[in-house]
Amino acid sequence: MTPLLFAQIVLTLFVFIALLHSAAGMVWFERRLAALLQQRFGPTRVGWQGLLQPFADVIKLMFKEELRPKAADALLFALAPVISATCAFAAFAVVPFGGTTTLLGLLPEGIRLQVADVNVAILVVFAISSMSVYGIVLAGWSSNSKYSLLGGLRSSAQMISYELSYGMALASVLLVATSAASATPVDSMSLTSIVNGQDGTWLHVIPRWFIFVQPIGFLIFLTAGIAETNRAPFDFPEAEQELVAGYHTEYSSMSFAMFFLAEYVNMVTVSAVAADLFLGGWHGPLLPESLGWIWFLLKVGALLFFYVWMRWTLPRYRYDQLMAFGWKVLLPLSVVNLLATAAGVLYFQ
Amino acid sequence: MFYAFAAVAVIASLLVIAQRNPIYSVLLLIASFGALSGLYVLLEAPFVAVIQIIVYAGAIMVLFLFVVMLLNAPHEDTDFDERTHPLLRPGPMRLGGLLAVALVLELIWALSVGAGAGRFGIGAATSVAAIGRMLFTDYAFAFEVTSVLILVAMVGAVVLARKEGAR
Repeated sequence: MTPLLFAQIVLTLFVFIALLHSAAGMVWFERRLAALLQQRFGPTRVGWQGLLQPFADVIKLMFKEELRPKAADALLFALAPVISATCAFAAFAVVPFGGTTTLLGLLPEGIRLQVADVNVAILVVFAISSMSVYGIVLAGWSSNSKYSLLGGLRSSAQMISYELSYGMALASVLLVATSAASATPVDSMSLTSIVNGQDGTWLHVIPRWFIFVQPIGFLIFLTAGIAETNRAPFDFPEAEQELVAGYHTEYSSMSFAMFFLAEYVNMVTVSAVAADLFLGGWHGPLLPESLGWIWFLLKVGALLFFYVWMRWTLPRYRYDQLMAFGWKVLLPLSVVNLLATAAGVLYFQ
Repeated sequence: MFYAFAAVAVIASLLVIAQRNPIYSVLLLIASFGALSGLYVLLEAPFVAVIQIIVYAGAIMVLFLFVVMLLNAPHEDTDFDERTHPLLRPGPMRLGGLLAVALVLELIWALSVGAGAGRFGIGAATSVAAIGRMLFTDYAFAFEVTSVLILVAMVGAVVLARKEGAR
């Protein structure tokens, strides 16, 4: 086994475990930030500053009884959280989180901090998030309860509606990335080449991030991303007041934990992709490229902060308002954005 | 690698028609599309593979799943007819059996005649830029007609779903 192959395997495992821990960290982060936004403290007793709270939660969930409604379809009931969690992790496989690094000279040549550098990486992220709709639909249907079914159908309809705007925002970024606005215009949809196109600065001051070229695109992407991951203010399908708990009503213990995990990992993936596409990925001042992952973590952290902040600040959209917003506002806006971007690219060629 | 994907595709497709529960059929069809997508990757067409997942397995099959779920399609009851030969069972079974025989014969003929005939050269348009270019120049008419077709389908769906007498 060559050292490079070994390093690749270690990298894959590392990404997987890091995602698991990031979901745990998000649990803590969300509860603390929510508390501070509500002028209270949140969990501070379990470990230093409450950092062991997620582990306490996991242990509690593991000891809970695993229930299954008698009329539920056993195979699908068990399969649905697996689909959700698998798609959430798989989407991160093509997201680069750092430049080439040689791990302090241990390796003969650098490996990129990315599990798989695929030529169509953007589309792969999109494809896998389309597949995660199935986890929710099957969960809602197989639980054989009216709250679950309603929640599952609403949630999946919401997800497929916002996927359109998501895709068009991606297409706009792609246009920009292959145009003269990027440092290295290359005809590829690989996320690494898009991030590398954001290297350097304009006028030595403004970094070449695509958010400055595509501000509306960034906002559309983020909004559609929040709707895709079923987070507030778009979390009507999970609304505790109206639908008990929507599609995961009948799930308890570890299956519920898997849905939870899938939601947080999806959040991290959307933030990571947004950081790669719009905020310049791992490029930043002062640090050499092999330490760029620090910048990446900071950017993803900022976006996750925004996510949690949104949840605990804005009231929830009602379902018809949500769908109307997706189809009547966000979709036309993203189409106009795409057309304007295309016109701009053509004009400034 | 090819054999793994091909086996999954064939077995999943066969199981689609062997299921009693229609939801299982839909899920197995999705699995077979996933295997097809893998085959496309092996044929060095990653773009087509991903598009297959996005469009077919991700959008069209969601539609199928919704329809099957909401129309509450009943489970198939095959205990009565299982013992008789397909061609001797009453009604639709007979037609299905005949079709199956016809298709198998056609498949055998196609495989024996067309082996190696349809091979494309390596370097044919597989990159996204090349596909896009061809789509908007050589196949532009088909592209536009397809979009009109989709528009017609949408308008038809809206009209059909409208209640009687409501504006």
